[in-house]
Amino acid sequence: MTICDDPDLSATKQERELASLQNKEHGRTEQFVRHHAGWMLAVANRVLRDRSHAEDAVQNAFAAVFKNLDSFNQKSSLKTWMHRIVVNEALMLLRKQSSTCEDSIDPFQSIFDENGCRIEEDWTTFRTPETILQQAQSSAQVIELIGRLPESYRVILVLRDIEELSTTEVADMLETSEANVRVKLHRARSALKKLLEPLIRGGAL
Amino acid sequence: MMGLSKRTINRIHGILFKLPMMITCRSFEDFILAYLDDKLPPRQKFVLDTHLELCPECRDYLRACRISIELAKTSAREAEVYFPIEVPEKLIQAVLEAQKVQATSNRN
Ligand SMILES: [Zn+2]
Repeated sequence: MTICDDPDLSATKQERELASLQNKEHGRTEQFVRHHAGWMLAVANRVLRDRSHAEDAVQNAFAAVFKNLDSFNQKSSLKTWMHRIVVNEALMLLRKQSSTCEDSIDPFQSIFDENGCRIEEDWTTFRTPETILQQAQSSAQVIELIGRLPESYRVILVLRDIEELSTTEVADMLETSEANVRVKLHRARSALKKLLEPLIRGGAL
Repeated sequence: MMGLSKRTINRIHGILFKLPMMITCRSFEDFILAYLDDKLPPRQKFVLDTHLELCPECRDYLRACRISIELAKTSAREAEVYFPIEVPEKLIQAVLEAQKVQATSNRN
């Protein structure tokens, strides 16, 4: 199961899935767990970057899903609801393990001259994402480079740009202000752009 | 503007960007997030669009920025499809076990 081919279960399928779970139909729970565990593990691993912690997050997430199934209000799709739950569980584990000091992101920010003009190295070529990703290993390289961002910036970039949560949702989950999320997202994107430049220009990393 | 050195062009830009309805690259920077999200009121958007018309540096910066956001998004999806993480059987069993315990305790 991937985020691409199953963005949301269709409404009726979702209702059936819910009903059979709530009625504790024989074998349905297992089918449900096997169906969703894969993408949930992928989400948790993107947030935590640690396989065994990600497994813990998924286990906690399933517990929360089963516990709250009756109060699931169907305003969002089942998958969206579960996605938020697994992100939350992953963040809780991340908080426990994250260290207090992190590298500065400043060296990767935009620079300006005395007139306030941007200083940007000349661009002669821009390769498109499609061209870049045709090369084997590119996606692994990109993921590795995202992992180099200072933790608090990396998390916000992952939640906003990859998990596609809104600024408000991210601020709520991280218990911080929306303004802080915006500032950090901008800095994270700037830094990632810097790190990805060689790939985008077409040279070797 | 051929024949002019980069320094001269930047100095001209420096003056130009102080005119009404103009902003410097440094001020432009503060609006990039909203610009990318397309969340600016028309007047501000116009100011930024005008800046982009005149400023190849910001244009290139923004273009590279867009590509890198797209790369982050697509790479994560591709990795999930082509190199999926195998779900360990012990995880499935642990989840089912916990669910059984929870269901039993709910009944009591
Ligand atoms: Zn500019």
